[in-house]
Amino acid sequence: MNAATAAPADDRVRKDNRRRANSELRYLVLALGAILVAYALVGLAQSGVVPAGLAGYGGAMALLGLTGHLATRRLAPGGDPVLLPVAFLLNGIGLVMVRRISFSNTDVGDLGPSQTLWTVVGIGAFCATLVLVRDPIVLDRYRYLIGIGAIVLLLLPLAPGIGYEVNGARIWLRLGSMSFQPGEIAKLALVAFFASYLAEKRPLLSNATNRLGPFPVPAARAAAPIALAWGVSLVVLVFERDLGLSLLIFGLFVAVLYVATDRLAYAVFGLLLFGGGSLVAWRLFGHVQDRVSTWLEPFADANGDGFQLVQSLFALAAGRIGGTGLGQGRAADIIPEVENDFIFAALGEELGLLGSTALILLFAVIVGRGFAIALRARDDFSTLLAAGLTITFGLQVFIILGGVTRLIPLTGLTLPFMSAGGSSLLANYVLVALLVRVSAASRA
Amino acid sequence: MTKSLTRVALVVLTLFAALLVNVNVIQVVQAESYAERDANRQLARDFSVRRGAIRAADGADIARVQETPDQLRFLRVYDGGPLFAHVTGFLSPVFGKTELEESADEALSGAGNAIDTFADLIANREPVGDTVVSTIVPEVQEAARSALGDRRGAVVALDPASGEVLALWSFPSYDPNLLTANTPETRAAWDALQADPARPLSNRATSEFFAPGSTFKLVTAAAALENGLDPNTQFPDPRSLDLPGTDALIPNFGGSLCNGGQPLNLFDAIRVSCNTAFGQLGIDVGGVALATQAERFGFTTTLGGQMPRVAPSQITTPELPPEQIDAATAAQTAIGQRDVVATPLQMAAVTAAIGADGILYAPRLVSRHVDAADSELRRFEPAQVSQAVSPATAAILTEAMIGVVARGTGRQAQIPGVEVAGKTGTAQRGEGQNPNVWFVGFAPAQDPRVAVAVLVEDGGGVGSEATGGQLAAPIARAVLQAGLARP
Repeated sequence: MNAATAAPADDRVRKDNRRRANSELRYLVLALGAILVAYALVGLAQSGVVPAGLAGYGGAMALLGLTGHLATRRLAPGGDPVLLPVAFLLNGIGLVMVRRISFSNTDVGDLGPSQTLWTVVGIGAFCATLVLVRDPIVLDRYRYLIGIGAIVLLLLPLAPGIGYEVNGARIWLRLGSMSFQPGEIAKLALVAFFASYLAEKRPLLSNATNRLGPFPVPAARAAAPIALAWGVSLVVLVFERDLGLSLLIFGLFVAVLYVATDRLAYAVFGLLLFGGGSLVAWRLFGHVQDRVSTWLEPFADANGDGFQLVQSLFALAAGRIGGTGLGQGRAADIIPEVENDFIFAALGEELGLLGSTALILLFAVIVGRGFAIALRARDDFSTLLAAGLTITFGLQVFIILGGVTRLIPLTGLTLPFMSAGGSSLLANYVLVALLVRVSAASRA
Repeated sequence: MTKSLTRVALVVLTLFAALLVNVNVIQVVQAESYAERDANRQLARDFSVRRGAIRAADGADIARVQETPDQLRFLRVYDGGPLFAHVTGFLSPVFGKTELEESADEALSGAGNAIDTFADLIANREPVGDTVVSTIVPEVQEAARSALGDRRGAVVALDPASGEVLALWSFPSYDPNLLTANTPETRAAWDALQADPARPLSNRATSEFFAPGSTFKLVTAAAALENGLDPNTQFPDPRSLDLPGTDALIPNFGGSLCNGGQPLNLFDAIRVSCNTAFGQLGIDVGGVALATQAERFGFTTTLGGQMPRVAPSQITTPELPPEQIDAATAAQTAIGQRDVVATPLQMAAVTAAIGADGILYAPRLVSRHVDAADSELRRFEPAQVSQAVSPATAAILTEAMIGVVARGTGRQAQIPGVEVAGKTGTAQRGEGQNPNVWFVGFAPAQDPRVAVAVLVEDGGGVGSEATGGQLAAPIARAVLQAGLARP
């Protein structure tokens, strides 16, 4: 290949990258517009006037969006142009809702400033991830370090002194006045570790020879990693009492294992283990039984155990198609944890079916882009990494939204980009940054 | 990996499709049926309508609403804190409602007044709940609280001539303001109240049972008199009474004689609270007469059903119907032990009926409903539940009770210048447990304005030697005085 033919190709790639970056910028402007309209509407509903801080707030958000955009443009040219704008839009609407809840729900305190600060930190984490992970290969290289890091992060809340319990789940760390959920970051580290491990062992695992009757079963040593993932999720379930995270970790591993090996036997085996684990958990733990019975009959104890779920359903139902309007709903004031796990109830009430559908579709867009990135990724590790991140994100959204809409039993998880709280926001920006990185690498 | 990855992507996107279908079902298909759920409407009504106040008899609000910027627009405020907690109960978005908040809910929420609701709608006025005026007199309530102090127990004061409840105090109480919101603190407060071994949420005055001990002798004496006993009949005075068919016996208090070994009549037996004489009376009249008389005083009933919640008092268990009560059991029942259990409200009702010429008026906490402009919507008249005893029997019992306070076990209830009628009770419990002590009484003895029942649990902190005369009578005196001083 000589310089004469290379130059136009390079040029084409560069032009294409610039085109993609410009698209991202356009999407970001649209997202910013939607966020500011929502912000103004909340102000109108609360005090009858467009909030005076609109310009300042708009400027700050524009700056944040622009920072993220420049990071993609410079550090990950050719990276996916849709992910950041969608994440930014979800984040912005979440921020508006968290502020709206703080306005009228005197019990949660003023979460606006801290959530705004965490948004800054989140965009910072997005940029930092693109700086630090210049190529996905970096994560592959430090596989064991990352794996051990994930386990340590998962177990840290059990450490006396720094770990503590909120609402029965021991998943928090407190350092001074800062509190953090290390599980959010641990999830990402686990994905990277699984992806790296499975990318290497893929041929071995795909060629299991043992058979049990007509069914091919994995060789014992191949089954070991499944058992390990199962063990980790059980530890999370038993000692940290975090149903949602436990479910997520195990589901993630089984899905990634299946993707890596293409063998349905693993998926079936994993589902059987999941079924067994669920049954044991149900038999052993009162809180698991409570969740299931509340799911089956939320109205049996509508003012007690079923209160959150019942009020969540009432709120969504009250929203109907058009919604009650921002600032006009009831859920924001009465549902405990409405700023966290139950923020979708408040959103669905005030934005109606139109809003809840739009939000679910926005999440689905991230999932769809994620899988597309995985399919086009440069190598096995990148594919598994992108797939794992996407599955994590998709499962988390499904588990919490399914929980608050009574599709499945409620297990506490944050709604990515929307729930109040820094750990989740930060981790999800890192997740999106990694997807952008994989997509950029596949085009380089 | 393409095939497996595509499949996983399909599965995940199918899950998202399920979410979309589900929100459509909730927000469109089922929206109407959710909107019509009781639990949904209830919450809207409780907290978005300006709920009526609950007032004390003197016009002071003991429960009112405070407007908030939240969607729970009106939150309850109980200015008396724990003082009226067992009268008003609480209204919580999470834990429901109790006592008057529950029983008078229709008026308080404005749901009971369809004409007003319609008029409000026409005039585009904000709907307002009715104000419920209670019979509780704050001075009497406060007297009950300070006299009982930090001893566990209950005090009920009634107007014998109308059944109006002047005071209803149960200690420990709780601050209902802790339960009105929906915050983590609310839940923590609720959990703490639930876990408290002293059970502050429990209304000892109307919902808990205690052996009435010697205060039940009033019922036994009434049964005997109504069945033809001549009050001047002489009873022998043994140190103890053998229970027929058993090895057990009933001793007198402290194992002493009631009258130095000399025969004694009914007045003396009541004055010194003579167990042997009353055990014998119980055997003589039998279980059926005791049960019948107790029922006429309101046992096994809710006392006319005007109180928010009344646990029906009992003299026996379902396993042992009155006609199967043998002599030994009848003797123990007659002195208020064995299976007899009563609420403090029930014993106040017995006393009030004796004071009101034998007429039992339904105890009630509400005198009127008024609207926002203070004009009367509904008035509650005294409701006669039964003629518990004849006026003649009531007169004999009153005379005996005057003796209790003047010269007997209840001297600590004396009020200078006022004739007080009363009866003490010291209900022994199991081995090693301190007795529950009682005093019931009314004043002035002729034509009483106030009747009272005082219960102090578990010896009131002075131990196994506690008696009703020593512990409960002074509390009753303070409450009677406050009741007499009311306008």
